[in-house]
Amino acid sequence: MLLRPDLAVIADAVRAGSRVLDVGCGDGALLDHLRRAKGVDARGLEIDPANVSACVARGLSVIQGDADSDLTDYPHAAFDYAILSQTLQTTKRPDLVVDSLLRIARQAFVSFPNFAQWRIRLALAFGGRMPVTRQLPARWYDTPNIHHVTIDDFRSLLAERDIAIDGQWFLSGERRRSAAAANLFADHGVFLLRRNGE
Amino acid sequence: MLYGGHHPLADMAACPYPPAAMPDDARFGLDRQVTLPAQLKLDCGQILSPVTLAYESYGSLNPDKSNAILICHALTGDQHVASTHPKTGKPGWWARMVGPGKPIDTDRFCVIAANAIGGCMGSSGPETPAPDGAPWAMRFPVVTIADMARSQALLMDHLGIEKLYAVVGGSMGGMQALAWAAHFPTRVGAALIIASTARHSAQNIAFHEVGRQAIMADPHWRHGNYYEDGQAPDAGLAVARMAAHITYLSEHGLTEKFGRRLQGRDAKSFGFDADFQVESYLRHQGLSFTDRFDANSYLYITRAIDYFDLAEEFGGHLAHAFRGTRTRFCLVSFDSDWLYPTSDSRTIAHALNAAGAEVSAVELSSPFGHDAFFLDLPEFDRVVAGFLNMGAVG
Repeated sequence: MLLRPDLAVIADAVRAGSRVLDVGCGDGALLDHLRRAKGVDARGLEIDPANVSACVARGLSVIQGDADSDLTDYPHAAFDYAILSQTLQTTKRPDLVVDSLLRIARQAFVSFPNFAQWRIRLALAFGGRMPVTRQLPARWYDTPNIHHVTIDDFRSLLAERDIAIDGQWFLSGERRRSAAAANLFADHGVFLLRRNGE
Repeated sequence: MLYGGHHPLADMAACPYPPAAMPDDARFGLDRQVTLPAQLKLDCGQILSPVTLAYESYGSLNPDKSNAILICHALTGDQHVASTHPKTGKPGWWARMVGPGKPIDTDRFCVIAANAIGGCMGSSGPETPAPDGAPWAMRFPVVTIADMARSQALLMDHLGIEKLYAVVGGSMGGMQALAWAAHFPTRVGAALIIASTARHSAQNIAFHEVGRQAIMADPHWRHGNYYEDGQAPDAGLAVARMAAHITYLSEHGLTEKFGRRLQGRDAKSFGFDADFQVESYLRHQGLSFTDRFDANSYLYITRAIDYFDLAEEFGGHLAHAFRGTRTRFCLVSFDSDWLYPTSDSRTIAHALNAAGAEVSAVELSSPFGHDAFFLDLPEFDRVVAGFLNMGAVG
């Protein structure tokens, strides 16, 4: 099965045999892959009940819950990795969610669509309308994305919170982009984070 | 109905735990009953001895005895999970879930179900004889959910099963599965807890008390000593069942099924007959229940459920009940269940998370309330099969 490009980046970087919590795991495609390909102890949290039952039906350990409210019960450093793929921009308090990820896991992967990519800039600047693109197909009123974030916004959040970047990947479709040009050219950013001093 | 078939103590002496359960092993099969010479220390402080357990098994135990699944029944259920009920002649209460090729696949698993102690289908309870030969009636000690699990552990010892692949239960059965995981963590590989709770709420206790008072207000109850004269407190038991049955359904389900439709008439009678279909349905549920259930057992089993508060047994912290557990858990709830709502399952899931346990928690959509777990719901079947088969990732 082909993983979404940001998930493929994450799957590649996860250490075999590690303990992983995928927050917003959807139908469990990444967890299933990690379990089979890397022998990972794979757990998930997912808000949509139909997705949760699909995950459990495929033999995954997934809890129905919400990234904003349901990360508090997990003990400190319970996981090697927490993964938040394309979910950050849908949470009520992305900053607190990132804090939670780095409390319950030693490292956290965070991937999100970059709202500063040039196509989106152009569409907004010249079209004057909130952009509807292949990566962001929802319209302004029915989008689940409530916190539109750019790669540079995210970098500055990390700096404020004293969070270290252990890895970063920038994608345009399947193509990689350099870190320097990422905020303008990448449609997705993937970060591997660690709390400084840990 | 007591002590049907062979005398189990004779079996125990003759065949002390053979290496594998052979097809001719009399300990396995339908309609089994065993009286164990154990001393079961109950939570109330009394000792129950001997302990009689009526049970059934489906499928075969594999040579290393690693494929046994214990199914724990709900308040009014019994060991006849997938076999014809001896009193009603109806199929077992979970026949749609348990069998060859079904979600709990008896081609693969050895499924065992026992009547809970305090019950009335052959296990030690108010209806069975006390040491003096007369029925225990209300002299039977008050048992708890943990006591039920302990008695089942004795049965597993008798069957030579050290570790269960899984314990599965809905409602009160889910409480027993939780008790198993908490009290016998090394003996439970996986626990599937359906439409259940770790703590019986005040509202739930209140409904049970209505039922118990209905039974005890029936002049035939006579402080539980009704076995001799054949006049059981059926009217009281029927009312108890009617009240409880409402809690198993949902407003939406009742509206959809009955609405305000009249029963066998065109107009209201301006009397107190069962004018409405819903009244007629409940009366039928109440009456037919008395054909298969013992009123004293109803008192004991509801009491066991009322007393269930797993956190209380572990210093007030539910997570402590699961500390260091290696058991896999799956919690299933139904969105229209107001008896044990999804929030109850989430409380358990959070405690399991805090204990670092491997846990799934899923809420399924069904209009049928608490009783949804008895009914046809393909998504539920997939969840059950997926969770149970998880042990073998391919």
